[in-house]
Amino acid sequence: MSVSAAEPAHEPMAPEPWRIRQVRREVADGEVFTWTMEPLSGEAAVARPGQFNMLYLFGVGEVAISISALADDGTPVHTIRAVGSVTRAMQDLGPGDVVGLRGPFGSAWPVAAAEGRDLVLAAGGIGLAPLRPVVHAVLARREAFGRVLVCYGARSPRDLIFRDELEQWRANPDLDLRVTVDRGTADWKGDVGVVTQLIDRGGFDGRNAIAMVCGPEVMMRFSALSLHRRGIAPERIHVSMERSMRCALGFCGHCQIGPHFVCRDGPVFPYPAMEPAFRVNEL
Amino acid sequence: MNELMEMLKDRPFFEGLSEAHMKLLAACAALRSFEPDVCLFREHEPAEAFYLVRSGTVALESRLPGRGARTFATLGEGDMLGWSWLIPPYRWHYDARAITPVHTVHFDAAVLRDRMDHDPELGYALLKRFTGLIVERLQAARLQSLDIYGDADVGLGG
Ligand SMILES: Cc1cc2nc3c(=O)[nH]c(=O)nc-3n(C[C@H](O)[C@H](O)[C@H](O)COP(=O)(O)OP(=O)(O)OC[C@H]3O[C@@H](n4cnc5c(N)ncnc54)[C@H](O)[C@@H]3O)c2cc1C
Ligand code: FES
Repeated sequence: MSVSAAEPAHEPMAPEPWRIRQVRREVADGEVFTWTMEPLSGEAAVARPGQFNMLYLFGVGEVAISISALADDGTPVHTIRAVGSVTRAMQDLGPGDVVGLRGPFGSAWPVAAAEGRDLVLAAGGIGLAPLRPVVHAVLARREAFGRVLVCYGARSPRDLIFRDELEQWRANPDLDLRVTVDRGTADWKGDVGVVTQLIDRGGFDGRNAIAMVCGPEVMMRFSALSLHRRGIAPERIHVSMERSMRCALGFCGHCQIGPHFVCRDGPVFPYPAMEPAFRVNEL
Repeated sequence: MNELMEMLKDRPFFEGLSEAHMKLLAACAALRSFEPDVCLFREHEPAEAFYLVRSGTVALESRLPGRGARTFATLGEGDMLGWSWLIPPYRWHYDARAITPVHTVHFDAAVLRDRMDHDPELGYALLKRFTGLIVERLQAARLQSLDIYGDADVGLGG
């Protein structure tokens, strides 16, 4: 197999068979898991941070899943939370099982635009998965960026994902990692509260910073408000949107938000493009 | 006092205060540190102070009968702590406990309260700042209570 190009390598509607190489449980009950995969044949396109693939479980259904890392050979890694029929069925798969994959699709996080600036990443829940490749990209060229803040909020300590990596990031003087949970436990010594409070503590130059936010919509909206209050212009705040997907190619309209198709124009958007949608959803 | 002025002047909370008001605040301020596990204050005690956390982590806790203390929020570097001194009956509504070594600027709120009553300009300037803080915390508490990462909100929200 070889890895090339940035566009889908094959017929975009036809899933290619990929074999699961490794499954890693991210939380104790296995509800969140990470797949490392390889294509059974042919070429795989290299995805950019923020893009997603459509993963197809034969006979069950297809779901949009973001790239949560790129393996050393350039193949995409996916981190999945089991919430419904397809993702729960995926939870039962193991190494050697084969699923269909089409992609990569969609827009990417503006990593290059963050060069020379402070960078604030705000993640809520499994929203850390689509942002993780940004951290990898930044660490690979750390000198190109200013201060880098990673603010991560989860429901409780047991819901934190990528724990080993979080420890590495915490120990890395090149990153300012701040983690908080909504509900602490007796042995939790970290922060309790919402992710916006981590942003409110500052530690970046708002006038020269860029922000990337991923999580539940209400979390993204409040994070954008906090980032703006801290001096980051709305057009330098980017959010990743989630809508139910079918074609992923801008044909079916399933993923439409106002004039935008999340699959084609997104999922990563500048905040001002999505602000009206956030307001409508909050009504 | 000069050292305290320096410490306060770069904090966003104090931005825009007049020189005279900053001097007054610095005159009411003192550095205080707390070892891990020590309480800065406890529920129901008279609220006669507020704090600027310079470093470390402070847990805000409520005690639930039969279930011990439960942390509902933590504060860290740069956070302001305490507004119960502004509102009668001037008693704390929760415990504040140092989780790590904590360094703070402690403000004598009883003195300031009195000065605010006699100097409406100071009163307004401080109330405006504390109201902003209260609104921020209220929004955060609202968000926290929504359980946004729970089963009701799936996908990337999970
Ligand atoms: C661009 C993009 C990237 C994504 N990246 C990831 C990722 O990296 N990891 C991950 O775990 N998930 C990700 N998701 C979400 C994932 O696609 C959905 O969780 C999945 O489609 C659910 O399918 P299901 O058949 O398991 O659940 P279903 O049986 O379809 O649904 C179960 C419940 O979830 C709700 N639901 C289903 N899909 C969505 C959705 N997209 N948004 C909101 N509610 C939904 C349903 O209304 C129902 O209540 C992403 C979605 C998009 C659009
Ligand atoms: S999923 Fe069909 S248009 Fe976006």
